[in-house]
Amino acid sequence: MNPQWADGIATESGSAGRALAGAVAGELTKIRSLRSTLWTLAAAVLVSGGLGYLVGLSFAAGFDRLPAEQRERFDPLFATFYGLTLGQLALVVFAVLAVTGEYGSGMIRASLAAVPRRGTFYAAKLAAVAASLAAVALVTVAVTFAAAQASLGPHRTTPGAAGVPTAVAGAFLYLVLIGLFAFGVGAMLRSTVLALVVLLPLLFLGSQGLGNVPGLRTVLQYLPDQAGAVIMHLTGPAGDPRFGRDFGPWTGLGITALWTAAALLGGYLVLRRRDA
Amino acid sequence: MIEVRNLSKRYGRALAVDDLSFTVRPGLVTGFAGPNGAGKSTTMRMMLGLDRPTAGEVRVDGRPYAGLPRPLRRVGALPEGRTWHPGRRVEDHLRWLARTNRIPRTRVAEVLDLVGLAGAAGNRGRTLSLGMAQRLGIAAALLGDPPVLLFDEPLNGLDPAGIAWLRALLRHWAGEGRTVLVSSHLMTELARTADRLVVISRGRLLADTTVAELSAGADSLEAAFMRLTGEVPR
Repeated sequence: MNPQWADGIATESGSAGRALAGAVAGELTKIRSLRSTLWTLAAAVLVSGGLGYLVGLSFAAGFDRLPAEQRERFDPLFATFYGLTLGQLALVVFAVLAVTGEYGSGMIRASLAAVPRRGTFYAAKLAAVAASLAAVALVTVAVTFAAAQASLGPHRTTPGAAGVPTAVAGAFLYLVLIGLFAFGVGAMLRSTVLALVVLLPLLFLGSQGLGNVPGLRTVLQYLPDQAGAVIMHLTGPAGDPRFGRDFGPWTGLGITALWTAAALLGGYLVLRRRDA
Repeated sequence: MIEVRNLSKRYGRALAVDDLSFTVRPGLVTGFAGPNGAGKSTTMRMMLGLDRPTAGEVRVDGRPYAGLPRPLRRVGALPEGRTWHPGRRVEDHLRWLARTNRIPRTRVAEVLDLVGLAGAAGNRGRTLSLGMAQRLGIAAALLGDPPVLLFDEPLNGLDPAGIAWLRALLRHWAGEGRTVLVSSHLMTELARTADRLVVISRGRLLADTTVAELSAGADSLEAAFMRLTGEVPR
C-alpha cells in the first residue's frame, strides 16, 4: 500500500459520514465535468429570462388596447414568471441526465463500485443535483424577474411590492422541486428517453393549457406543475372557474413537494432493489 | 482474499450461477474460466455488490464488498462493459472516482502514466479506441492501489503488445502479494498468465485447481478445458 495514504484504511468511526462527504464531492465533480451541464443550466436562465422579457414587452405594447376590466386586473407577475414554464424544461433535462446518464453510459457500475452503499450513493447524487438546481434556480428567478420588469416599463412591479417576495420565493422553490421531481422520475425509469417521454408532455401539456380545460381542470390542477403555478401567479384568481385553483399558493407548492417526495422515494426504492 | 460461498443468482427461470463456492488467494494470479454465458460476469458483478445474490455471499477480506470503507483502496475492478461517460474527459472520470474514496489527486496522473494514457488525459470518453477504453478501465481499477484486483475479460480490445503488457503487470501484482482474479473465455491466454484456474460452466464449479494439474493427462489445456466443460470443438 502507498504509505502517503496513511489515513487510508481509516477507523470505522464516522466512516459513514466521511463516505457521504466523499460521495458528494465525487458527484459534484461529475456534474462539473460534463458539457451538457453547462448547456442545460445556461438554457434555463436564457430561455426563462428571454421569454420573460418578450412577454413583458408584448404586455407593455398591448396594454392600452386591453379591455378596461383586464387592465384593472393586470398582474405584472404573470408576465414575469410565464417564462419559467419553458425554462423549467432545461432544469428538468439537467436533473434527468444526472441520473439516467449513469445507466445509459454504464458509469453506474463504476459509481456503485466506488460507493457501494446505495443509500449513500443516492443521497450524495441528490445533494449534488439539489445544490446545482438551487444555484441555477436562484439566478434564473433573478434574471427572469429583472428582464420582465425591464420590458414591462410603466406596468412593472418592484421586488418589495405586495405579493412579490412570496412569488419570487415560490418560483425559486418551485424550480428546485420540479427539478428534483424529474430526478426521482429518472431514478425510477433509469432511461433518459423514457423519463423525458413522461416528463416533457406532462409539463408541456399542463402549461399549454390542458389544466385549464373545465372538465379536466378538476383533476389536472393537482399535477406537480399545475399545483405549483399558483404561487407564481400563473393561474387565475381564486374562484375563477376556468383558470383558478381550488387551493392557495402554499398549499399548491406543498402538493408539488408531495409529488417530488413520492418520486424521490420511488427512485430510491428502485435503486435499492434492482441490480445495477 | 476473496471467498465465494454457496453463491447463486437466478434471473427469472434461468439459474445463471448455481451454488458456487471457491476462494481466491493472495500472491497468485487466479484465472476464472468458462465458456461464454457460464456465469463469470454475473459472479464478478456479485463480488462488487452490483448484482444481489439470490443465495450465498461473497466476502472480500472477510466482509461483504458494501461493508468496505473506501472500497477502491481495497478492491480494484474492471467490470464487464463500459463504465465511463462518453462526454467526460479521461482525467475527469478518474478524478471523480478518486474524490469518492479520498484518493490523492496526484494519483490520477500516476495511473494514467502507468497504463500509457498520459497523452489522452484530456480526451473525451467517446473518442477512445477499444484498446484505450480498456486501458482507462484498468487505470480506474488501479486508482486506489488496491491489494485485490478483479478483472473481467481484460484482454478484450487489447492488441498483442497490450496483451503482453497486461500479462506482465498481472504477474507483477501477484508477485507483490496482491490477490488477482482474471476472467477470460480464452483458455490459452489464461493458461499463460494464471497460476490457478477456477473453471465454471452453466453457473457450476467444474474445477478449482492449478494450471499444471488441469492440463495433465490431456493433449493440451484447451482439450482438457473442453473435456471438462463438455464442449465439442467446432
